[in-house]
Amino acid sequence: MQPTAARFLNILVPIKRCVDYAVKIRVNPQQTGIDTNVKHSMNPFDEIAVEEAVRLRERLKDKVKSITVVTLGPAKAAETLRTALAMGADSGIHIELPESAPPPEPLGVARVLRAVIERRKKMATEEGSGTGGGTTDLVIMGKQAIDDDLGQTGQMLAALLGASQATCASKLDVDVDKRVAHVRTEIDGGAEELVCTLPAVITTDLRYVEQPRYASLPNIMKAKKKPIEKLTPTDLGVDVTPMLETIKVTEPPKRVGGSKVGNVDELVKKLKESGVVAVA
Amino acid sequence: MTQSDHTAAVSSPSRSPSKSKSKPVYGTPEEFARAIEELRTLFAEGAVTTAKDQLEAHGFSPNAHHPGCPHSVVVYPSSTEDVVKIVNVARKYRMPVIPYSGGTSLEGHFAGWKSGGICIDMSGMDKIIAIHEEDSDLVCQSGVGWMEINETLKEKGIPLFFPLDPGPTATIGGMLSTGCSGTNAVRYGTAKGEWFLNATVVLPSGEVIKTRRRSRKSSAGFDTTKLFIGAEGTLGIVTEVTIRLAPVIPTTVATARFPNVRKASEAVIEILNTGIGIQCIELVDAEFMRATVTAGNPARPYDIADHLFFKLQGATPGALAESVDIVKTIVKKHGGDKFWPAKNNEEAEAVWTDRKNGLYSFLAFAGEGAKVWSTDVCVPISKLPQLVYETQHDIKQTGLWCSVIGHAGDGNFHTCLTFKTDEELAIVRGLVHRMVERALALDGTCTGEHGVGIGKKEFLVEELGAGTVSLMKTIKQAIDPLGIMNPGKVCGILAKKKIRDIEGFF
Repeated sequence: MQPTAARFLNILVPIKRCVDYAVKIRVNPQQTGIDTNVKHSMNPFDEIAVEEAVRLRERLKDKVKSITVVTLGPAKAAETLRTALAMGADSGIHIELPESAPPPEPLGVARVLRAVIERRKKMATEEGSGTGGGTTDLVIMGKQAIDDDLGQTGQMLAALLGASQATCASKLDVDVDKRVAHVRTEIDGGAEELVCTLPAVITTDLRYVEQPRYASLPNIMKAKKKPIEKLTPTDLGVDVTPMLETIKVTEPPKRVGGSKVGNVDELVKKLKESGVVAVA
Repeated sequence: MTQSDHTAAVSSPSRSPSKSKSKPVYGTPEEFARAIEELRTLFAEGAVTTAKDQLEAHGFSPNAHHPGCPHSVVVYPSSTEDVVKIVNVARKYRMPVIPYSGGTSLEGHFAGWKSGGICIDMSGMDKIIAIHEEDSDLVCQSGVGWMEINETLKEKGIPLFFPLDPGPTATIGGMLSTGCSGTNAVRYGTAKGEWFLNATVVLPSGEVIKTRRRSRKSSAGFDTTKLFIGAEGTLGIVTEVTIRLAPVIPTTVATARFPNVRKASEAVIEILNTGIGIQCIELVDAEFMRATVTAGNPARPYDIADHLFFKLQGATPGALAESVDIVKTIVKKHGGDKFWPAKNNEEAEAVWTDRKNGLYSFLAFAGEGAKVWSTDVCVPISKLPQLVYETQHDIKQTGLWCSVIGHAGDGNFHTCLTFKTDEELAIVRGLVHRMVERALALDGTCTGEHGVGIGKKEFLVEELGAGTVSLMKTIKQAIDPLGIMNPGKVCGILAKKKIRDIEGFF
């Protein structure tokens, strides 16, 4: 009989398509959000997560059974999945939202990811493969998305799954036989070394040892052929309607220039003029 | 056939062949030294040189601002058989082969290969082999220049000419290999048109093929002639070509002033749609005029403003006058003025020379020690104004001087950026990069006529898509499995792209 699932890793890497980090953000005329008719690309933190999954496979070789990337977003998000496939992921899952849908919130995303994980486990059990190929042993994802900077999804997912979590990771090693992950996380004033039992949710920080690789033409061509499964939140039985409503988005007030004063009397005069009152 | 015997005799590589998917493996320095020795035994003394100045002159270009590299040896063949000998030696020792002829490349096409290579200088193969006046075609070796061809035809009183007009000292082989064009493209198209009827090519295997016969048209088989047009020496060495000639038609030249590029482009579109005899429409900006008036030898007292230069055609004096009138009306309609046709041929030539001498005016205007980077992108004509404005705006921010020269009828324009220091060169590189990205975003191309060479490799997958470039690679691997033909050019070694930039490539 085949060795049990304990000897293999199935890695899930959730990614997000965001406005590219180099774009100059502008508020849209309706003041409901930012102008999204600009260049988009994979969330840089997620790039690092994908890269780390691929590097894990380079180190652990056959012990990494699968690297699946998943995203929740409109039609164009599939292109972001393809770039992850070009980096070395094996297959993708696109949970498609309508173009007009409001962006989902972290709790909604975490629930979707839990449903994806449970669905995969269920499908493997039904197929009766017996090798436990349906378990998700490791979730590696960016610690935050650069559009909302919320940084909550990973932690919420770990809680929903009852899995270990290590956030702001800058180094990851996995002992597949012992079923633990050794993680170095960034904390104020230094780093913390954690040992997490699998399954674990790891969120990646920017200060990672490895930088994401370049895309090569052969990998781009291979990526075209890798499978992407299409699902909707309804298929997974999850409601991703946001609980918060955005009322208004505005730019910060323009900074007014300061001025130099000649002496203390002038300073006091200016302070009084601008309404600054002395407090006893 | 002798060629294939010779091929069989020398085709024993020193190592076992590499797998088709892995990178090419070239010979060692010792093997290259033996290759040079073998070349010396095959050719007369003057035809093979390892003199340092020659190796450098053939490996660096003053017109290209990409890294050059000297070759290991330069060989001067005089015949197709000579080229076969060189290619066979190259294959035996796995030594790269870099063709060179007019030396007018602007994108680093003849830069040497860093671990060593053979430069084949084709400029000695410059004979016109046959002129078929009744058929309007001409057979020549690939090292002859287009200007020599036109002068020869003129001398012989043959009223035909070759209508592709790139840089003055360009040669037929280079023109074919880069898919060139020129100011006449408005009327006559480019190298990708019908101007190369057939080509005799030495393939990497040492085999010689002639891609077609001499009929004006043919539907027989794949268009193998076209395969080599724009291949930039990466699929084989072109040794002989049959070119098609066009009748010489009386022309005159006119200039017109415009308030801005947009109005000039609108006039251009309408003029092209009338179908009258227009041979060239060239857009030059106010800076071009400033340089010409200040530092050039202007034939006219031009205003410092955007202008269009026209070359109009007419089979008869009546037809020519009619063309002039129609253009004059359209120019006025779109806000142009000072429409000024030349009175006679001398004036027409003098005014056209002002357009052709742009580069020299810029260098004189920019002063001592200045260099020029001439860029090259092409977009659909209606997008030309937007591209020019955004580019000019970008350049203004840097404070560097530049001039815009456009083949307005094709949506192809060149910005000539002048610089003196390394810091300025770095700024220019960024400007060029952004301009190409802008052109691609407007559904244009990263190169209208200068070719890819080294300079534009990074844009190829973005522009053509991964599938198309992959197809190019498949063809290259099939024809040149050892990778000895001009490696590092076009899609020799693909530039890598960052993950955030590849979304559109699939």
